[in-house]
Amino acid sequence: MSHSNVDRLVYMVNQIGDFFKYQPHEDAAEGIANHIKKFWDPRMRKQILEHLEAGGEGLEGPSRKAIEILRDMTQKAKSDA
Amino acid sequence: MSLIEEIDYGTPRSKSETMVTLTIDGKEVTVPEGTSVMRAAMEAGTEIPKLCATDMLESFGSCRLCLIEIEGRNGTPASCTTLVAEGMAVHTQTERLKRLRKGVMELYISEHPLDCLTCSANGDCELQDMSGAVGLREVRYGYDGKKHPNPGIDASNPYFTYEPSKCIVCSRCVRACEEVQGTFALTIAGRGFDSVVSPSMQEPFMESECVSCGACVQACPTATLNEKSVIDIGTPEHSVVTTCAYCGVGCTFKAEMRGEEVVRMLPYKDGKANRGHSCVKGRFAWGYASHKDRITTPMIRENINDPWREVSWEEAIQFAADKFKAIQAKHGRSSIGGITSSRCTNEETFLVQKLVRAAFGNNNVDTCARVCHSPTGYGLNTTYGTSAGTQDFDSIEYSDVVLVIGANPTDGHPVFGSRMKKRLREGAKLIVADPRQIDLVRSPHVEADFHMQLKPGTNVALLTSLAHVVVTEGLVNEDFVRERCDWDEFQDWAAFAAEERNSPEAMEKYTGVPAETVRGAARLYATGGNAAIYYGLGVTEHSQGSTTVMAIANLAMATGNIGREGVGVNPLRGQNNVQGSCDMGSFPHEFPGYRHVSTDTVRETFESMWGRELDSEPGLRIPNMMDAAIDGSFKGMYIQGEDILQSDPDTKHMIAGLSAMECVVVQDLFLVETADFAHVFLPGSTFLEKNGTFTNAERRIQPVRKVMAPKNGYEDWEITQMLANAMGYPMHYEHPSEIMDEIAALTPKFAGVTFKKLDEEGSIQWPCNEEAPNGTPVMHVDGFVRGKGKFVVTEYVPTDEKSGPRFPLLLTTGRILSQYNVGAQTRRTANSEWHPEDLLEIHPFDAETRGIRDGDWVKLSSRSGETALRAQVSERMAPGVVYTTFHHPKTQANVVTTDFSDWATNCPEYKVTAVQVMPSNGPTEWQEEYDEFSRKSRRIEEAPTVVAAE
Repeated sequence: MSHSNVDRLVYMVNQIGDFFKYQPHEDAAEGIANHIKKFWDPRMRKQILEHLEAGGEGLEGPSRKAIEILRDMTQKAKSDA
Repeated sequence: MSLIEEIDYGTPRSKSETMVTLTIDGKEVTVPEGTSVMRAAMEAGTEIPKLCATDMLESFGSCRLCLIEIEGRNGTPASCTTLVAEGMAVHTQTERLKRLRKGVMELYISEHPLDCLTCSANGDCELQDMSGAVGLREVRYGYDGKKHPNPGIDASNPYFTYEPSKCIVCSRCVRACEEVQGTFALTIAGRGFDSVVSPSMQEPFMESECVSCGACVQACPTATLNEKSVIDIGTPEHSVVTTCAYCGVGCTFKAEMRGEEVVRMLPYKDGKANRGHSCVKGRFAWGYASHKDRITTPMIRENINDPWREVSWEEAIQFAADKFKAIQAKHGRSSIGGITSSRCTNEETFLVQKLVRAAFGNNNVDTCARVCHSPTGYGLNTTYGTSAGTQDFDSIEYSDVVLVIGANPTDGHPVFGSRMKKRLREGAKLIVADPRQIDLVRSPHVEADFHMQLKPGTNVALLTSLAHVVVTEGLVNEDFVRERCDWDEFQDWAAFAAEERNSPEAMEKYTGVPAETVRGAARLYATGGNAAIYYGLGVTEHSQGSTTVMAIANLAMATGNIGREGVGVNPLRGQNNVQGSCDMGSFPHEFPGYRHVSTDTVRETFESMWGRELDSEPGLRIPNMMDAAIDGSFKGMYIQGEDILQSDPDTKHMIAGLSAMECVVVQDLFLVETADFAHVFLPGSTFLEKNGTFTNAERRIQPVRKVMAPKNGYEDWEITQMLANAMGYPMHYEHPSEIMDEIAALTPKFAGVTFKKLDEEGSIQWPCNEEAPNGTPVMHVDGFVRGKGKFVVTEYVPTDEKSGPRFPLLLTTGRILSQYNVGAQTRRTANSEWHPEDLLEIHPFDAETRGIRDGDWVKLSSRSGETALRAQVSERMAPGVVYTTFHHPKTQANVVTTDFSDWATNCPEYKVTAVQVMPSNGPTEWQEEYDEFSRKSRRIEEAPTVVAAE
């Protein structure tokens, strides 16, 4: 995993956050997490989860929470499988 | 097969719903009020002789050939200018009329060259036909009277000639240029015998304002304006109705043929998108199909630095399949993918995504819509529930206000642009939001009521400030919103829009648009009657592209401009089949019909039909594919009919991604830029060589019909099928109609679509199913597809791409009329005479401060890269903003654009790049290196000479 690629993913997460944090009836973190779940390829999700595990530098506010939700979703899916 | 002769009714159809009954030659005829007698007669089967009349144009009444007699009225009025009346009794053929018509024809013929046998229009000349129709047997004035002026032939236009000596001064060409095209390039100069058609101020056509749409040539009843192809080849002997392969308008053409040779492409009057009109691309720029650069033999190579080696189809397909299988065995199922083409048919696109999902076993499929209209899909699906425009093109005829945002229809969608201009000349109001002064802002007989010349990257700020005016000035259509939209969401949105920080005055510092202009435009849009929004890539290709689409959708809902003719939200699609490629499941997260791959019930339907277990996870988008390639997890791809290296942003990043892959398979007509990095080249077929369908910007599915055998041996869908079979996934379609049957079976919106129905109807707008058996011209009529319309808060988030001391200017890119996308097709036609190279438009102020003069070489640089091209000093741009096109690989404009993209879809931010422009001596080092690499990469190994044994 290259640093530039992870930087790009972090940038994308925060950019998605810049939309969802202004939506009045939607929890921003939930919105970001669902968006990523819906549109990101699994390897991209894996990379961002690994980045979170490594400290999650650059993930701000709801973006960080979103990736935590994504981590929980992933773990739940694994345990359900 | 024979030539398709369309009936010419002489004058346009009346839209009146009031019917009038009259008798023509004793036969009772009922037609709409406002119909001409000429048209009524033709509808009853009686063809009144005519020369200056044609049903594409308003009546003119100059040739005096269409005279009639009406009982109870004096004289012999022209039937083209005489409207029907209840109880009218008309006679079209009397002794008096016969005498008069013969006399008129004698006058015409007395000054017309009688070289019919060698004339290029012999057999296709209305003057010749009318001489026969009136029974002309002699010309009492002799044949050597004063001849029409003969200053020689103007052959300056690459596609048609103008021969004044054959002109009968019917003015059909002049009127076609005005009424149909709306360019006003032609007039009649001189009087009497000296009258001639004059392009501009009696200049050659190529030096005039003529845009070479061909309407004048089509309208000409003689050989005065004639296609050079007809002069060279002769008249056609059969024709086939098909659909243009350029731009999202989707014009219907008659391909007029002699054997397997195209003689000319004539716009088809029954074409519901173009209504008989065309542009310089569709009408004339089809010669690329037989260009010498065309590759017709498959080629392979182990390494991109090797020369190509020509091989059999079997070897090339097996080579590709073996490589793909080996990559998957080593790097996993998700290590390969594919790209579908918006230039290919629905059936071909469907098959590529099926290949990826079923044969490759993943969802790594994407399409060029990623880099153009993917935000349209996201935005309109979120707000309305459908990833498509709401109207048909005819809807413009009912619009009172037209709001054009980030689109340049007269260049990008010229035939629709002409239809729009026609409506504007009839009195509809126009609002333009664009950083450039596009032609619509001010051109002959069209002037925008408001031009909001915003700074690039501020669409959301501008649209939210428009919404602010609508909300705070009480211009919301509350009845519509209460009935059709989610009221709670509306209230949230209205409260947001009403905040002072979103007012035009507050937003002016971002947009640069004077607040009063915004207020005026908002009031006009909300109160001016039927208001329609048309938008293009100036909306979508931004970091907030999807938000902008939703802001547009909000505005239309708030003012009630949705769900009927004349209104709506209309994305103008770039390539011919962008809509179709999206419909066909080209995105990595959804199956055909926009259904997510994780929806079990949907996926199970596809699994059952395709006999394979399918991946429930979304795949990679194109930019993610490149990232993954550089990262080492994506190693191979199949690219059908797209040149991602030239069209996608940040060229150096693309090169890095493509270079990192082990097997790139390119299927195309030519060795395009992407092919420089390919290991397998599969020759593709043109739209003239295949059957299938395209879907245009109005959701109209239209037939593409084969008029010649594929020069490469196969239609593109057949090649995909061969690859699937070689990959071990069986496909056995015999004809594209079988693929459409499968699409219909799997996709509810297409359930009623068959090739048979398309043959019967000509075209169908989806949804077409049990609820809408004949298709759906206007969407959301009784309610939104998603149920209640959804208002979305659209906070303005400035792009991170900002100008500064190092890169003080903002670059925005786009296209021009004569070239198409990466230019692979149009650069291989005479269209390049209009645009032989990309130019950098720069404001005189910015040019002067840099010592740049018109025509100088300049270096254009950004944080991504640099290129050099010539400058065009122009006031179309505001100071601080520069513009260029991306049609020429010599320039590679995308080496400058960045990796910033739309937050929701990763659609690149082509429209905002911070740049510097400085004088230069010529191409940059990078351009020269690329050119050298490209030249080497295109080497084709010479076949070994076989020496015959003695």
